[in-house]
Amino acid sequence: MNFAVLQFPASNCDQDAVHAIRVLGHKSRYVWHKEKSLSDADAVIVPGGFSYGDYLRCGAIARFSPVMQAVQQFAANGGLVLGICNGFQILCEAGLLPGALIRNRSLQFRCELVYLKTLTTDSPFSNLAPPGELLRIPVAHGEGCYFADEATLAKLKAKRQILWLYCNDRGEATQSAAPNGSLWNIAGICNERRNVGALMPHPERACETLLGSADGRLIFESMVRALEMRTEAQAA
Amino acid sequence: MKAKIVITPKKAVLDPQGKAVQNALEHMGYGGIQAVHVGKYMEIEIDGERESVRKQIDEACHKLLSNPVIEDYHFQLE
Repeated sequence: MNFAVLQFPASNCDQDAVHAIRVLGHKSRYVWHKEKSLSDADAVIVPGGFSYGDYLRCGAIARFSPVMQAVQQFAANGGLVLGICNGFQILCEAGLLPGALIRNRSLQFRCELVYLKTLTTDSPFSNLAPPGELLRIPVAHGEGCYFADEATLAKLKAKRQILWLYCNDRGEATQSAAPNGSLWNIAGICNERRNVGALMPHPERACETLLGSADGRLIFESMVRALEMRTEAQAA
Repeated sequence: MKAKIVITPKKAVLDPQGKAVQNALEHMGYGGIQAVHVGKYMEIEIDGERESVRKQIDEACHKLLSNPVIEDYHFQLE
């Protein structure tokens, strides 16, 4: 599979994402923010960092970059798009995902390993998550508190768009388990069509046991699995 | 002409910055503070006919300068 990893000025997790995809045995390349095409990409990763210096609001300026217009088109055609950290913020600003990510309730930048509970395996980003098992993946952000109004939250729940919750080591989504104060402990969501997903934690930093966890692989491998199933369905 | 734009967090949105500033003010001994909201102030210098400028600034506030999910805005032209 071919993954396109976007690069904005001040992206800083782009290299980790490209490395993680290559470790998993797939092709990965950078796409500069001024590019207008994603060429032959099978999937897009909007990586973490501080695009455009986080000026104005995180992700606010990146959403208007030429490459994001290509991503809008790619997503409209059903292409798989995964946002990680700043990528989540960018996809929300772009209107590809509902809600917004605001300053952590503690006002602290939080950098630590967290536990994630997968709420549904019915998505291209979570289909390989083993039922009942928690994922151990690091977070590193200052503005990751998920916010949406009541109606949006209710819709996310009803349509099973909430993919991951922050939880403790027993799988309980307690208030103290969310490093940022996210509403409902939301760590990751997808759109209604289920082809655009995002999370604040960094799966690309957890793809090798040497780094303390390889649970992040499941997210990228889920995407690969979803793409393979599409290819099989098209061939049939 | 100058557009003076004020952007504030919506009432329902958590405002930890506002809360932290409120706590600091209370520690300093300022009494009677009900709430503090931290927002943004911008000035845009722009030429054009007043109504057309008003329309442009309103559109820019909606599309880029504020995020309608979490923020409100108002502005005046001088």
